[in-house]
Amino acid sequence: MPQGQPTRDNGTTMTGAASLIRSLEAVGVDTVFGIPGGAILPAYDPMLDSQQIRHILVRHEQGAGHAAEGYALATGKPGVCMATSGPGATNLVTPIADAHMDSVPMVAVTGQVASAAIGTDAFQEADIRGITMPITKHNYLVTDPAEIPRTIAEAFHIATTGRPGPVLVDVAKDAMQAMTTFRWPVELDLPGYRPVTRPHAKQVREAARLMAAAKRPVLYVGGGVLRARAWTELRRLAELTGFPVVTTLTARGAFPDSHPQHLGMPGMHGAVAAVTALQKADLLIALGARFDDRVTGKLSSFAPNAAVIHADIDPAEISKNRVADVPIVGDCKEVIGELIPAIEAEFAAGTRADLTGWWRQLDQWRENYPLGYTPAENGELMPQYVIERLGKLVGSDAIYVAGVGQHQMWASQFISYENPNTWLNSGGAGTMGYAVPAAMGAKAGRPDTTVWAIDGDGCFQMTNQELATCAIEGIPIKVAVINNESLGMVRQWQTLFYDGRYSNTDLGSRRIPDFAKLAEAYGCVGLRCDTAEDVDATIEKAMAVDDRPVVVDFGVHRDAMVWPMVAAGTSNDEIQIARGMAPEWDRSED
Amino acid sequence: MSKHTLSVLVENKPGVLARIAALFSRRGFNIDSLAVGPTEHPAVSRMTVVVDVEDSPLEQVTKQLNKLVNVLKIVELDPGQSVQRELVLVKVRTDPETRPHVLQTVELFRAKVVDVATDAVTIEATGSSDKLSALLKVLEPYGIRELVQSGVVAVGRGSRSITDRALRPVDRVA
Repeated sequence: MPQGQPTRDNGTTMTGAASLIRSLEAVGVDTVFGIPGGAILPAYDPMLDSQQIRHILVRHEQGAGHAAEGYALATGKPGVCMATSGPGATNLVTPIADAHMDSVPMVAVTGQVASAAIGTDAFQEADIRGITMPITKHNYLVTDPAEIPRTIAEAFHIATTGRPGPVLVDVAKDAMQAMTTFRWPVELDLPGYRPVTRPHAKQVREAARLMAAAKRPVLYVGGGVLRARAWTELRRLAELTGFPVVTTLTARGAFPDSHPQHLGMPGMHGAVAAVTALQKADLLIALGARFDDRVTGKLSSFAPNAAVIHADIDPAEISKNRVADVPIVGDCKEVIGELIPAIEAEFAAGTRADLTGWWRQLDQWRENYPLGYTPAENGELMPQYVIERLGKLVGSDAIYVAGVGQHQMWASQFISYENPNTWLNSGGAGTMGYAVPAAMGAKAGRPDTTVWAIDGDGCFQMTNQELATCAIEGIPIKVAVINNESLGMVRQWQTLFYDGRYSNTDLGSRRIPDFAKLAEAYGCVGLRCDTAEDVDATIEKAMAVDDRPVVVDFGVHRDAMVWPMVAAGTSNDEIQIARGMAPEWDRSED
Repeated sequence: MSKHTLSVLVENKPGVLARIAALFSRRGFNIDSLAVGPTEHPAVSRMTVVVDVEDSPLEQVTKQLNKLVNVLKIVELDPGQSVQRELVLVKVRTDPETRPHVLQTVELFRAKVVDVATDAVTIEATGSSDKLSALLKVLEPYGIRELVQSGVVAVGRGSRSITDRALRPVDRVA
């Protein structure tokens, strides 16, 4: 990102605000999502003159933050959001935390009250640097205008290198108003920041040795493979070794779903074959994954017989939850790139375990326990059917963005992801309301790609004000609201673990609001679909619109549940394929 | 649990102490003692942190600390290979009868009297944690009116310095 090129205006006198905008231009920013306000106002004046930066005026700062995330994931470039001091900045807290959990490169620029007023409880003052310390990769408070270019350069460098993440730059209003000399390029002053990207050769050799000898190996692929843009290397590694692959929720698309070696998603709502393969494996090759509790289930009983090779760019992830037998610190692209020749050497030397038996078992699990669902007895539209048809009709070149809950799990399960960065969702933080603004950001970054938000009726009501932004700014996203008129995942837990006592999960959203009318009010096309017969025609109708956003309200069966499921805190061995139904292991095991 | 002494070299920038303290708190690690001060390099501060953890959480502590951008270097100081000291200032109640006994204790522990009042003396002592707790135990019966204690500061034995390599210049241009 930061370029070593001398820039026009180097040495020119200008305001700190102009220097801020020039610095953003110099690091290559083309899109900023934000809302102006008192303390950030100085920055918005030179923003008006920028030929390079498109500012997208959102309706709520949370929308700006998620849009920046969506933009980042869809384009591979850091997302940028901007807000004023106090409440403007605190409204960014949720998307910043979200970006931190999912390692999304993002830079948030906030205005701060004038430096003389800092600490006095001034109007719209909040210590956003203090507030975001635990949820940013790093953050800054700038009070000296001369520091602005270097700080922006460092912020983008930190956000995009090593394990990516959000960086916040809080700029005092007086620093933006004061005159300064713009200097670019700038020297980064980061003596304590040296991410390791090259793996240790000895560790790679040791990993290759274990891999060549493993009888029941699994490639456990996490979101780090997507961040490292290592999907080509991953495929080569998988095909070279013939190992089965599982992709976690944040890694969907890193390996084609249609590939015969792909077992699906592991975890709480993972495919039986993927979950069980991890449980029965003798070797896990974790690539950019972090052994999240949603993947491991009860940690002490996770993959009990497996040795672990753990490659990650963040040394703190290695052996954090599960002790690694072969730790490899490095960028996944480089790690996999070096693993390939090391394994080829092992194979050439004649070491190669026979995986026929393992594959026979895996295929049996796959065959016996495919993903599926039971239609509702009353004939109501099934949410899984809607999502399955959407994936089929829209295809694998589109970007799908989900909120959080049942619809998210179904969207992960029932759409076939063939390409990297076509599946965006809030994995670690589980932020309801992510879909609409993140879809907006993705579409803004990749205007020629179809972007579908698949949202729940609960999530949709948290951030749908950004439809106004989409309509006015010409960002024609499409939204499928999977409307079961409830907080579906919470309701599912109430069904399963609280004796069906539905405390505060009924949203009544089949009656209020009327989503189709709401969409029309926002300048979008609003459609409705309540029967299976109409699903294809409605999706096609939505696909035919390209001059404005479309919202489709799919009224679905409210008692549909997400299966398979590993109940929280239990072992992956206790996976259920439907309520009270465990797989029949004796049928499927050797 | 066992005690570990970490020397943490950090950039001398605003907010660094808050970052470190917050990291310990949010990751659920207990700080036994913490001392911060300047070093021979004006741009670098040194923190001595004593944590009470098992070995594997300790590895997490250091890895997480290393992720902080302002942290330059972390070294665990082995108690056998380092000098570890803390400072105590203690105000002890005295009367004409007890004062000689208190003063004798001060001498035995090679401590110092830094202030005297008619009914109290203030003692300054430095040493290892063990030595200082022994001193306080002896002073206790006379009546401790006020006690203030610093965190541990520690330095490795021998001629090597942990600040050397951490400060090598890094050339990077945006």
